[in-house]
Amino acid sequence: MEYINIIFQEVYKILFLLVPVLVSVAMIVWLDRRVWAFVQKRQGPNVVGPFGLLQSVADALKYVFKEIIIPASSNKIIFILAPIITMTLALIAWAVIPFNETQVLADINVGILYIFAVSSLGVYGIIMGGWASNSKYPFLGAIRSAAQMVSYEVSIGIIIINVLLCVGSLNLNDIIIAQKNMWFVVPLFPMFVIFFISALAETNRPPFDLPEAEAELVAGYQTEYSGMMYAMFWLGEYANILLMCAMGSILFLGGWLSPIELYPFNLIPGAVWLILKILLLFILFALVKATVPRYRYDQLMRLGWKVFLPLSLTWVVLTASYLFYFNLLPTN
Amino acid sequence: MKISRFFKTILMTDFLGGLFIAIKEIFKSKKTINYPFEKGKISPRYRGEHALRRYPNGEERCIACKLCEAVCPAQAITIDSTERSDGSRKTTRYDIDMMKCIYCGLCEESCPVDAIVQGPNFEFSTETREELYYTKEKLLDNGDRWENILAANIKTDNPYR
Repeated sequence: MEYINIIFQEVYKILFLLVPVLVSVAMIVWLDRRVWAFVQKRQGPNVVGPFGLLQSVADALKYVFKEIIIPASSNKIIFILAPIITMTLALIAWAVIPFNETQVLADINVGILYIFAVSSLGVYGIIMGGWASNSKYPFLGAIRSAAQMVSYEVSIGIIIINVLLCVGSLNLNDIIIAQKNMWFVVPLFPMFVIFFISALAETNRPPFDLPEAEAELVAGYQTEYSGMMYAMFWLGEYANILLMCAMGSILFLGGWLSPIELYPFNLIPGAVWLILKILLLFILFALVKATVPRYRYDQLMRLGWKVFLPLSLTWVVLTASYLFYFNLLPTN
Repeated sequence: MKISRFFKTILMTDFLGGLFIAIKEIFKSKKTINYPFEKGKISPRYRGEHALRRYPNGEERCIACKLCEAVCPAQAITIDSTERSDGSRKTTRYDIDMMKCIYCGLCEESCPVDAIVQGPNFEFSTETREELYYTKEKLLDNGDRWENILAANIKTDNPYR
């Protein structure tokens, strides 16, 4: 009897995290479209609900009622599994994101490794979708996406090593508390910039949205998908973007720490600060989408392997030698 | 040259400049309108949905001269006429196939009595094709509904034609 109780408690906790994440994914889609529209001096979605906030809900409803078309020549099981995997992987990573010193679903000691592993697995959803569609555009899109995500995963990993060198722990809460005196964005600013750009590439956002470059590949790996399955890819993609923003704010912007340790700011709960930082990063994501043109494929690969990788590797050596020379290496 | 380009790339000056412009544009006034709730200004010469007008005493203007039928490049207009008991020539049938129509405005231009006109209405989409085969009744009804605007438009445009 007791373990049923525990299971219910855990399910309750998971729902308490997942529902806000899903709702905020819907809101973030609205924000993305709105910022994009504003940069182009358009109105953006503003009809459904106050300021058009419920636009994503309306879109989701539309997708629910649409027919799911499964191509005759596709591998049906994998075809159906692909969006499910994408969305699940985008959501389970949120388990270790701390919203406060205590508010975290799974306070595991290798949190950052877990996030990194899960976000790396995300490529499987895409390549499965592209392969199972058994059609040329999805296949090409999936190949591009796999190559792109693997390339930028490398530099993100090395950037994370930079941060871990300064912290001495893989626990996300420890990483945040280590930034009590100074956010890592100050000493590691170049790494923050590279992390941001890599995150754009990792989540297939413009200017690195080559996997779904509509001019060349129709819609990339999503071409054969329709209805709710397409919506799940879409949700997974935006949940991933949100996750990358959360990761950026935890690694570099001090997570749930308040920017000023003064009286009125201390009272605001940490979750609010984390959400504000995620929003700030996301607005930057949206602005970049509205500003820059798409990269060419070889430029993308050159940037990943010949610029970011050497730069971040050099910075690892610099950070390590600096910490070693001044005897600042963290010890636990 | 090469060194300056290197620093330009490293500091991402071009990108940051673009981003700054994007942020500036956010606060400028919007160029689009909330279409179904507010509509843009329409010229008095606007060539929208057709209408057949009447004289103030309720008599149809159309004299069945068939100039519009002859000039119509898409041959969208079909007219049958007969002599009425008072000796005047009137239409018994005045059909416009709105799907053939190319909205060139030649019918309006050719009409000697300002009977057939194209009004400012452009929201007459339908769900079936049959609804777009306009008959005389429909066109006269349009004329009655839009008469105020149609008369004002003809008056405004008068000096230029």
